[in-house]
Amino acid sequence: MELILSAIEILMRWDVALALLTGSVGGVLIGAIPGVGPAVAIAILLPATFSMDPIVGLTVLLGIYGSSMYGGSIPAILINTPGTAVNALTTYDGYPMTTRGEPRRALSLAYSASFFGGIFSVICLILFAPVLAKIAPMFGSREIFLAALLGIILVIVAHRGQSLIAGALACFGIFLNTIGLEPVKYTSRYTFDQPFLSSGVNLIVVVLGLFAISQAFVLLTSDDERVRLTKLRGGMFQGLRELARHPRVAGVAASFGVVMGMIPGVGEFTAQFMSYTYAQKSSKRPQDFGHGSSEGLIAAETANNAVPAAAMVPLLALGIPGEALTAMMLSVFYVHNVVPGPGLFQNDMDFVVALYLALLILNVLVLAFLLFATKSLIQVVRIPNRFLGVCILTLSFVGVYSLRNSATDCLLAAVFGVVGYILKRLSLPSVPIILGMVLGGIMEVKLRAGMARVKEPFDFIDRPVAFILFLIIIIVLTVHILRVLKDRKELKEAEWQTKRSSTRFGVLMSRRRNSFLKDRGRTVRARHSKLLRRLTDLI
Amino acid sequence: MPTERERRFVGPRRGQFVFAVGFLAFSALLLGQIGSQTKWTDNTALFAQPRFWPGVGLFGMAVLGGLHLWRLPWRHATRYDLWEVRKWATVLEFAGWFMAYVFLVPLLGYLPVTLVFVPALAWRMGYRDRRMLMICAAFAVVVVLLFKTFLGVKIPGGAVYEILPGPLRSFAILYL
Repeated sequence: MELILSAIEILMRWDVALALLTGSVGGVLIGAIPGVGPAVAIAILLPATFSMDPIVGLTVLLGIYGSSMYGGSIPAILINTPGTAVNALTTYDGYPMTTRGEPRRALSLAYSASFFGGIFSVICLILFAPVLAKIAPMFGSREIFLAALLGIILVIVAHRGQSLIAGALACFGIFLNTIGLEPVKYTSRYTFDQPFLSSGVNLIVVVLGLFAISQAFVLLTSDDERVRLTKLRGGMFQGLRELARHPRVAGVAASFGVVMGMIPGVGEFTAQFMSYTYAQKSSKRPQDFGHGSSEGLIAAETANNAVPAAAMVPLLALGIPGEALTAMMLSVFYVHNVVPGPGLFQNDMDFVVALYLALLILNVLVLAFLLFATKSLIQVVRIPNRFLGVCILTLSFVGVYSLRNSATDCLLAAVFGVVGYILKRLSLPSVPIILGMVLGGIMEVKLRAGMARVKEPFDFIDRPVAFILFLIIIIVLTVHILRVLKDRKELKEAEWQTKRSSTRFGVLMSRRRNSFLKDRGRTVRARHSKLLRRLTDLI
Repeated sequence: MPTERERRFVGPRRGQFVFAVGFLAFSALLLGQIGSQTKWTDNTALFAQPRFWPGVGLFGMAVLGGLHLWRLPWRHATRYDLWEVRKWATVLEFAGWFMAYVFLVPLLGYLPVTLVFVPALAWRMGYRDRRMLMICAAFAVVVVLLFKTFLGVKIPGGAVYEILPGPLRSFAILYL
């Protein structure tokens, strides 16, 4: 109780109240505009928060993170376009409800479910904080190294079907983090004798390039869409009553959100998928899912809103961000010399509880705002794409240039913007690059410190927490390898079933020989090599 | 007709081969430079070597990037890859707009350049009506006022502000 009172004292300031209001309203607006999303907004606002108190800056960013998903459900339900990526599942049941003339019911249910998810996770974590405070000091250098390694592995294996390229991109992030002067021996690494590379590649420059500038490029090269909005009539309170009729689905979905949010690299998508699957399997009307089921909408929205508070756990307790948004928030801590990790839980527990209370208040503010302002708010969906692109490009300048007033930083951000655009075009993930940069830096420092007292390799895992983490890493890798082997087996089976020509090796070789000897084969090969030559010349 | 392997591939086909080859070439090029760009210090454990982590990153990039290329369902570039590369090149124009904005702000000042940049880029994007251009100008003013005047982010005053008379000069450097 004393802890909560001192946390309230931290929050009783006009600037924190303003930050709460700005974060919650701003987050809802940003979430409601398809094509912007919290990552872009946080990346742009990050340098601006450096001049604020840590609690004020973090409240603004947390506000945007926590409330953007509320806003994201508006276009997902009304125009079948998710406002943020995590609202994709909301379109499954939200939009069908709109098409059958129940947009108000769908929106009010989404808000209520989101509110329940947010409040549930914050309460869970406030109750769980004393336990975390006891566990966190058990994490030394080796344990933090292993936890960071686990985080990076989880991020890679979470990209099913793309784990090889996700791993390569995470390694690219690790490499980017090493550019510049090495902090112990002071030798330069990959600076190519360029002074601007000596201080390294700044995380915020990469974040702004990959998230904000690339998104501006995507919007600038796309077409404006005509949006037809359904009129909303009546009040928005019926969702609260309807939510009360499904306490089991809401409770399980929120629990999935809390647990998945705490595991680095997993996050909203897995939580949503698991809770949606659970809700469908346990429903009396599973056939309604995907056609406007209220249970489906509750499962999706509750799970994704339970994640933000839980995602702060690995960041605050161990200093390990689990995804891109918390990785950005980590830089706010570093700028203010507040080092998240076991020490924070031991010495500044009131600060941690204050952050959770801020999230709690934020959820109440957002719900109140949405219940009364939705009718006016839905107009932001009409903002044209290319105009949004112009706005994001203009705002990105503030984010990059205000860091160090460096034109080379802006050039690097533009380069990463192009890289991010290419990744988006190819549907490849850019989050592993960011996490590779952040977790790579943590791993480098912690491995060096951890190995100082290790004589034999097994000494590294001789402590219980280190051993458990090592075991989890082995289990995750084994499960992933088994899954890849199963996928390959299924693919082979499917290929054999659909193949019309012979699959015997001898016949295959004979076909190959024919393609080399016959004129048709020569023509095809010549065409391919001509295309390849043109492509090489272009590059 | 796409094969089963192609059908199960996550993401579009266009550009994948070019990206995978480019990424592998980039990784191999950097890995080849590791001897000259990093140092191996004597009497230092392997994990504390300055070369260790760049090595881990680049080795991972090369190996995993190579495996990704090897597992791709396509082994050659097509005309669609060429078109995709051209599409990637189109955003260089907007990168150019951004860099021009970056270089002009320290010379002409944040407010004047933003006031020209936003409507000019909107014009380039095809917005011709007066109402839209007015909205762009208003957006430019709001951005400058919010970030430079109220939040006080570090954006230097333009060189042209030096020619303004005394008090106006200080005001312009600090707030515009």
